[in-house]
Amino acid sequence: MSTAMLEPTVVANHQQVSGRGDAPRLEMLTPEFPEALTHPAKAEVRHLNFWYGSHQILKNVSLEIRERCVTALIGPSGCGKTTLLRCFNRMHDLYPGNRYDGEILLHPDRVNIVASHTDPIEMRMRIGMVFQKPNPYPKSIFENVAFGLRLRGVTGSELRDRVEWALRSAALWDETKDRLRDNALGLSGGQQQRLCIARALATMPEILLLDEPTSALDPIATARIEELIDELRGQLTIIIVTHNMAQAQRVADFTAFMYLGRLVEAGLTRDIFENAQEELTREYVLGRFG
Amino acid sequence: MDANAVQSADSPFGLRFQGAESNAGATLVRRARWADRAIAVILGAAAFLSVFVTGSIVWMLLTETVHFFQHVSVQEFFTSKEWTPLFANPRFGIAPLVVATGLTTLIALSVAIPLGTIIAIYLSEYASVRIREILKPTLELLSAVPTVVFGYFALLFVTPVLQKLWPSLGGFNMLSAGLVMGIMIIPYVSSLAEDAMHSVPMLLREGAYALGANKLTTAVRVVIPAALSGIGAAYVLAVSRAIGETMIVAVAAGMQPRMTFDPAEGAATLTAYIVQVCLGDAPHGSIAYRSIFAAGATLFVLNLGFNVIAHYLRRRFREEY
Repeated sequence: MSTAMLEPTVVANHQQVSGRGDAPRLEMLTPEFPEALTHPAKAEVRHLNFWYGSHQILKNVSLEIRERCVTALIGPSGCGKTTLLRCFNRMHDLYPGNRYDGEILLHPDRVNIVASHTDPIEMRMRIGMVFQKPNPYPKSIFENVAFGLRLRGVTGSELRDRVEWALRSAALWDETKDRLRDNALGLSGGQQQRLCIARALATMPEILLLDEPTSALDPIATARIEELIDELRGQLTIIIVTHNMAQAQRVADFTAFMYLGRLVEAGLTRDIFENAQEELTREYVLGRFG
Repeated sequence: MDANAVQSADSPFGLRFQGAESNAGATLVRRARWADRAIAVILGAAAFLSVFVTGSIVWMLLTETVHFFQHVSVQEFFTSKEWTPLFANPRFGIAPLVVATGLTTLIALSVAIPLGTIIAIYLSEYASVRIREILKPTLELLSAVPTVVFGYFALLFVTPVLQKLWPSLGGFNMLSAGLVMGIMIIPYVSSLAEDAMHSVPMLLREGAYALGANKLTTAVRVVIPAALSGIGAAYVLAVSRAIGETMIVAVAAGMQPRMTFDPAEGAATLTAYIVQVCLGDAPHGSIAYRSIFAAGATLFVLNLGFNVIAHYLRRRFREEY
């Protein structure tokens, strides 16, 4: 019976990047059709190019991000996966010399995130981000979570409720409820990172960007963050950049493999790791380079 | 000369250490060790010399102050509202000098701290790299202007301008001395505060921007709190500079000890009084001569007090990131 579960579903397994409309038809073909494939697109990257100065970092990247699923971006260092992630909230705008070309359409209103006339602050209001290293502000735990809410004009009891909700969602409430006024820098690294996730969750973002969120953490803290991602699946659209292929396999519904600024292959995580179409992808997931 | 030395003379690279057990090698090793010790002694002497000089100054200040208080009661010193050591019937109340010092310092800080902080925010958060690289050294040039020039600027330019707006303003007044002193201090504040803000990691700013904050919110709510201890250090330096500043107040606020809280009047500060006595011919050992040490000791205690408070505040509010 285990063979039945492992048997590759040859017809359905390779989800075409552009094949938005294919999902319902494929569903009919396999009894094990992943529920994730029924989710509509939340964002579509279309022919995205990105430059810093004269250096082109992203080359004609196209990728679909499905709603309420976890999408992992993998690839060797310098492949552009973090750069791609940071396009989603226009983080590159903070530094001189950035240039975007192409589209990232954010559904449902299909606004092009990287268009020059799109306000980066508006996009950041809708898309949250957690960074590689925990970066709580040198303020109290409460104020850290409240920061984004205050920016959105939330005050009083609603503010308190939403801070509590965010800390509960980030599985941090029980550890911090008695010391909300303490400085956040007194928390452990793993707690700090969950605080940063709570800070992002508090604003109820449409997409949560995670940039190697566990690379600075120990294995136990990493496991807790991964559990958290698993709990958020189905409620929130998550894009995670990771160096750790085992992590991608554990947490991601979809995986996109990037190499030298190009998107090589994207699809269901299980297909990318077990049945990749591209030789390069197979070599990478087997650990032959990277 | 032994064989080893001869051999090394032949070697083009002077590989003389090859025989470390031989006499020549051992001598060189010993010599190197001695050189190290000698350097340590010389460097240490330089460090101790400066401590010694500082200690001597404090010692001299204290002994002369003790002599002063053998002639003047402590009560008189702290409670009298007159400071007239050079009069036939001298009074020794330090209050007028302390008040004048405090008032000019407050005026200076009310200029230097807001402007210096605003400039620091602009340079650190808003200015492009090129503008910062031009503007920051230019501002720092301001502190290369001799303070006596600032003093005459206050006396001969700022006071006449202010008198047009405020005709009752005295020729010597604490207002223009304080304002110009504030301008002099701006680069100290802006430069140090900018350094502190600049060293706040970009990651912290990115965290704020990622939540949708704009530049001002990021600067005020994240960068400044994170740089608070450095900014505080900049403010303390500004206070110390203002309390200890001599030429500007001596030139522009006059040398008349006067108990007044009105910035439109002139009054001698602690430093201005010391200058006045040093320029005059108070005989060595006289009570007038010793009074400058009492004033100097007061200045020393004020500055020390500020530094202690600042040290405490820095530890109390130290921000890590």
